[in-house]
Amino acid sequence: MRKTHPVIKVLALFTVWFLYLPLMGVAVCSVNSARDGWVWKGFTLDWYIKLFDNEWILNSAWNTLVLAVVSTAIATVLGTVLAIGISRFPWGRKTNSFLNMMLNIPVVIPDIIMAGSLVVVFGILREVSSMFDMGMIDMIIGHVTFQIAFVALVVRSRLALIGQDVEEAGRDLFASNWYLMRKVMLPLMMPGIVAGAMLAFTLSLDDFVLSFFLSGPDSQTLPLYIYAAVRRGVTPQIHALSTLIVLITVVLVVGAERLSKKEVA
Amino acid sequence: MKNKQILWRGEMTTKASLFRKGLAYLSSGISWLMIFLILPGLLFVGVSFATRGDHGELLWKFTMENYERLAGFSLFGWTPDYLIILWRSVEVAFVTTLVSVILSYPLSFFIASRPAKSRYVWLTLVIVPFWTNMVIRTYAWFYLLSPELPLAKLAIALGFIPEGTPLYPNAIAVYLGMVSVFLPFVTLPLYSSVEKLDWSLVEAAQDLYSSKFRVFTQAILPQTSPGLSVGIILTFVPAMGTFVVPDLLGGAKYMLVGNLIQQQFGSSRDWPFGAAVSLGLMVLTMISLQIYSRKGKEIEIL
Amino acid sequence: MNSQKEKNLTIKNMVKTFGKVEVLKTVNQEVRAGEFFTLLGPSGCGKTTLLRIIAGLEIPTSGNIILGTDDITSLPANKRHVNMVFQSYALFPHLSIYENIAFGLRSRKINPDDIKRRVEEGIEMLGLGAMRDRMPDQLSGGQKQRVSLARALVNEPDILLLDEPMSALDAKLRAQVQEDLRRLQRKLGTTFIMVTHDQDEALVCSDRIAVMNEGQIVQCGTPEEVYDYPCNKFVAEFLGAANMIKAKRGTGGVETELGFFHLDKMPDWSEGLITIRPEWIKIRETQPERNGILATVEDSVYRGTNYDLFISPGNLRVRTSSYKHFRTGDKIWLELTAADLVALGE
Repeated sequence: MRKTHPVIKVLALFTVWFLYLPLMGVAVCSVNSARDGWVWKGFTLDWYIKLFDNEWILNSAWNTLVLAVVSTAIATVLGTVLAIGISRFPWGRKTNSFLNMMLNIPVVIPDIIMAGSLVVVFGILREVSSMFDMGMIDMIIGHVTFQIAFVALVVRSRLALIGQDVEEAGRDLFASNWYLMRKVMLPLMMPGIVAGAMLAFTLSLDDFVLSFFLSGPDSQTLPLYIYAAVRRGVTPQIHALSTLIVLITVVLVVGAERLSKKEVA
Repeated sequence: MKNKQILWRGEMTTKASLFRKGLAYLSSGISWLMIFLILPGLLFVGVSFATRGDHGELLWKFTMENYERLAGFSLFGWTPDYLIILWRSVEVAFVTTLVSVILSYPLSFFIASRPAKSRYVWLTLVIVPFWTNMVIRTYAWFYLLSPELPLAKLAIALGFIPEGTPLYPNAIAVYLGMVSVFLPFVTLPLYSSVEKLDWSLVEAAQDLYSSKFRVFTQAILPQTSPGLSVGIILTFVPAMGTFVVPDLLGGAKYMLVGNLIQQQFGSSRDWPFGAAVSLGLMVLTMISLQIYSRKGKEIEIL
Repeated sequence: MNSQKEKNLTIKNMVKTFGKVEVLKTVNQEVRAGEFFTLLGPSGCGKTTLLRIIAGLEIPTSGNIILGTDDITSLPANKRHVNMVFQSYALFPHLSIYENIAFGLRSRKINPDDIKRRVEEGIEMLGLGAMRDRMPDQLSGGQKQRVSLARALVNEPDILLLDEPMSALDAKLRAQVQEDLRRLQRKLGTTFIMVTHDQDEALVCSDRIAVMNEGQIVQCGTPEEVYDYPCNKFVAEFLGAANMIKAKRGTGGVETELGFFHLDKMPDWSEGLITIRPEWIKIRETQPERNGILATVEDSVYRGTNYDLFISPGNLRVRTSSYKHFRTGDKIWLELTAADLVALGE
């Protein structure tokens, strides 16, 4: 390994410090027994304990989870099937460009534009059925819409690694289409499907803009809760909640990395 | 039209049958995207030409008013207010991206030079903020910018802000927040290119060129451009449309286009205008992508 | 695995075009049941395409394939009783060696006890006992090849197809595997059709070789026939080193710039090429009665098993045993006996 120029080292460490500065500030405040958070008054875990009494927070957490799980489930299925359709058939150049564009739009478009257009569409659909009132269903639909693209992109890149000769070998060994799919293709795609699902899940948990535009009174998620709360005035409880979320994120990220190392076929 | 027998990936089938099968696979995903992405998009364009009713409802009456308003023309004469907001968003996005790129290169080099085991740790350190909610990462600056802490104290001492007030809401806070939020968006894709860097080419360049800048542009930049491109697009475009950061850290004084749009779908309840502004943002996005793909080629030649 | 299926394979009028390129130009060939048949030729000659058509992985533009008495041209690959060993081995990376081998049996829903018995037989026959539970990425090239063979053979196919089976192996292993493959085929009695560009491989393993060039079978015969009596320049040079001498037809022989040579078999043409392999040119103490040349050694190259001498006139290559040592400038008598000279066709 090359030696690193000291300037580069310093800049790099400064950058990491800069990234964590805000989060560390929050973490410090979360264990400060002072209500106002400015002055240090002593260590406490009270704020964390109080979290679990807070109905609003528990509700929001539940909504966030349900939203993520349901939308990920739907998007993973749709995205995987879509990826197979795109990469395993001899479409012409024009069709391929069209399909590529469809996959890239949700990724590149600013999410506020997608949110706005969905608000309009649901506004109109609401005339037809109250199912489309602002709330969970709208949010799930919104999330699935951008998750499909991400899942499809991940699964597609995994499919590209599965060579044609493995499929031909399967057929040479008497496999029917269904048998080939079940016993060869799906198992080989699985790491990609899992990676796509994890990506979709995290994107959903993290989402603020779509949820903000589409949520109803009963379907508040944690990011929305925090946003509303900090606009009213930051409390140590919010700091505790945030720090907890960051810690859970660390666990999820490390867990995901371990999982993906195991899956590498 | 004869239905030709073909052999595709080991399967003996007909062109028609293969087409039907492919369509079956595509139908669910594409239909969903059509219904909930494309059609709403088209509808949205249509709405931008519609009129806002007196009570905030949507009237399907064609008008160019929304665009005129965006360009600044209203009953009370011409104001560049909205155009300023659009321009400011581009400015903020540009600076954010630039600073993020400048900080990401050293960080990527640093991580790439670590031994394999600790590299994983450093990457995790970058990924964790990346996956942490933007709201949390943004409001966290409230504390850092509070009057008791050095940053604000410095600004107070220099006379930028009155005594006892925090260093937000204002432009500086927005820039700080934006960079801290978007930095990993550049670092992670850039790192994946830096990791694959062929250092022998860099060393060759160091022999050839005395200027460090030329070494960078000739040996490092071309090799890292795939990751860099992804990072820039994933940062610049969302940055233009962000509203959380300017909302929390910029307040009413420092509005960006995201805030403007959000307002139209929230308190102001003016969907047509919101749609028009969104389309303005969309146009800006497309233009920047175009400029980028052109400039990108120029930088290659450099 | 001792099924003796007396099914011949007949390829009739096979044509294959990819877009504008004619890869197979009306190929007709019969492969007899139980023989080790090799398609030999340079890359691009169409041999792999022909093999894949037999496997069912390509559709001919026109022509038929008949196995035994059945026309299998329209039969899909997964219904043909023909199995293939792929050049890349194409082992299923997510399955163990045991499961890889069992794949073709499981996919046909064969009774589990039979599967177990047959897979064990395959493992034993190819010496894979120690590896049965390992995954493909843990195996060496040679081991992967044996798994690939076992995986195909447990299905007792009418024909086993091999696509350049030894191209991924190193030279030393290749020689061993060539002999093993030949022995295996003799033991099983299954028809093997192999594709290769390596003439040594073809000569060692095959009962018959079909030499292919530019989409056609140029010559088909036993290794001896193809090596000793090549029908044209391409076959002669593809099978090994061959000296080319321009000749004009005369009485009882041919006129060349090296002199007049008697031939055992007269050619059809009035002008053409005759050839003689380097190892057949004999070195004599004195001038031979007929078909002799006085030659000068231009260069001598030692090859371990023999010397290659480069001779003028005629730019000839002569292969001699390593007992005799010749130096540049030596003058020697060479005899190109009539029995060894072959007149080549077009």
